[in-house]
Amino acid sequence: MLVVVEQLLNGLQFGLLLFLLAAGLTLVFGIMDFVNLAHGSLYMMGAYFAATFVAWTNNFILGAVMALGATLLLGILVEFVALRHLYGRDHLDHVLATFGLILFFNDAVRLIWGPAGLALPLPGWLTVPVQILPGVYYPAYRLSIIVVALLVAALLYIVVMRTRIGMLIRAGASNREMIGALGINIKLLFTLVFGLGAALAGLAGLMQAPILTVQIGMGENILILAFVIIVIGGIGSIRGAFMAAIFVGMIDTLGRAFLPDLLRKVLSSTAASTAAPALSSMLIYLLMAIVLVVRPEGLFPAAKR
Amino acid sequence: MKSALNLRNVVVALVVVGLVLLPVYSALTGKVFILTMFTRIVILALAAASLNLIMGYGGMMSFGHAAYLGIGGYAVGILAFEGVGSGFIQWPVALIASALFALVIGALSLRTRGVYFIMITLAFGQMAYYIATSLARYGADDGLTIYKRSNFGSLVDLSNRTQFYYVCLACLLGGIYLIWRIVNSRFGLVVQGVRSNEQRMQAIGFHANRYRLVCFVISGTICGLAGALFANNTDFVSPAVMYWTRSGELMVMVILGGMGTLFGPVIGAIVFLVLEELLSQFTEYWAMIMGPLLLLIVLFARGGIMGLLGRFSRG
Repeated sequence: MLVVVEQLLNGLQFGLLLFLLAAGLTLVFGIMDFVNLAHGSLYMMGAYFAATFVAWTNNFILGAVMALGATLLLGILVEFVALRHLYGRDHLDHVLATFGLILFFNDAVRLIWGPAGLALPLPGWLTVPVQILPGVYYPAYRLSIIVVALLVAALLYIVVMRTRIGMLIRAGASNREMIGALGINIKLLFTLVFGLGAALAGLAGLMQAPILTVQIGMGENILILAFVIIVIGGIGSIRGAFMAAIFVGMIDTLGRAFLPDLLRKVLSSTAASTAAPALSSMLIYLLMAIVLVVRPEGLFPAAKR
Repeated sequence: MKSALNLRNVVVALVVVGLVLLPVYSALTGKVFILTMFTRIVILALAAASLNLIMGYGGMMSFGHAAYLGIGGYAVGILAFEGVGSGFIQWPVALIASALFALVIGALSLRTRGVYFIMITLAFGQMAYYIATSLARYGADDGLTIYKRSNFGSLVDLSNRTQFYYVCLACLLGGIYLIWRIVNSRFGLVVQGVRSNEQRMQAIGFHANRYRLVCFVISGTICGLAGALFANNTDFVSPAVMYWTRSGELMVMVILGGMGTLFGPVIGAIVFLVLEELLSQFTEYWAMIMGPLLLLIVLFARGGIMGLLGRFSRG
């Protein structure tokens, strides 16, 4: 029972992290019609910035905030220098250009920080286990990831649904030419949205950094999970991204934790121990395949244009 | 109709002649390195050509094409590991396995269009990668060494560098001939019609997705052959062969050379891989140059090298 609660929380935490990444991706796609493969690179840069700034300032929170700002600026810079010339082009062009950016970022990181990974140590007050239920302890840091991510999700909802800038973002998503014609500075809006997406990716990266090592290519695998989430949730839909992210996070975590034991009950133990890792890493792709067969447009598609 | 003697055709002819004569040059100058490098280039050019069939002619932007390189490779590697050394068994198995994988993936992915299709093929490609990393019996992450290349009896000896190169080149030219025949057949015209206007083709009475799927399977099968060659070339197969960056590189080769042109992928593969080789001699951080270069190509050189040559000869 204890293990189940712990794994459920792990799944929730992983899902929320995936949501931060997928939200940026789906925002940028929904509003600018732009496919950004380099989103995973921004996630990686967030983690590297955090590791560097925390080491400089000796203060976890301050370092994290600085890293967030740095990723935001980097996102805006990348958009300004390269990507804004690609809006309105074919999606294939986006894929290739941002693939080039990934190559660039990976080698730039190798040049600056070296090929070995970095560690981002946690301050003492975040490493203590917290009692969440009688007799059930959970690491304070993972708990704080859940809290921060939920807060950000709520904030994102309020910004998009309840503020003027959010109204512009939604208007941009449904008809770009029209809000441009109404006198809105659409270039600035796009840059802003891209920066927001970059900051969300950076936040996900820097929060994940203390759990895993900070290393080159860390953004690539998780980026593909974010794609799966967007496909399941429906492109351009933040609500869909949220539901699908929690779903995928849970299934992936619980599958890895419990599938080997489950299989051992049905199969012989050698067959189970060979099949389990393959099956648990395939699980979310199988889920995606099922969703595609049943609802090709995703579970919560954004309103049609 | 343009004359046959335009710049594009001259360049293509020169490239083909160059590829055919390469072993002679390598033997005369004693530069073995050049032969091994071009063996790799020719194999990846075949993979890029197969991708071009669905991307350039079929309008299906597959981002998971490296999976077939891995499947073809693992078919050879696993059979060799289990004691089946004959190429007459290994290669057909590689082709059939790739075709089956393409059939399943294609049937699912083709329910979607555009960006969804890119993302889904990417995800399925990664799925194949993760399956390979969990094959504990066959080396998992570390990969599988192939101690003996595919055995074709007295027909051809793949361990001989020159003979192996010519086998690869024959596969490449054969593959391109096949693609040329497909593209100009009734089937190929329907596929291209579907790329241009799916609704109209449906309205005329063609079952668009069936044509797409068959095209997807043919492309995957050809790439599976490239995978079998690739594994024989490196005497090794590992999950890294089908990591998604490889799929990206194949896409880059196709675009760089010129999408939807017969020899574009070959020229793209040569330019990309030679450039990679030169840059990596110049600096360890070659991708820092290659990345922005890609960006510039996307921004300024639409239609790739073949497009540029075409524009040039039109004056």
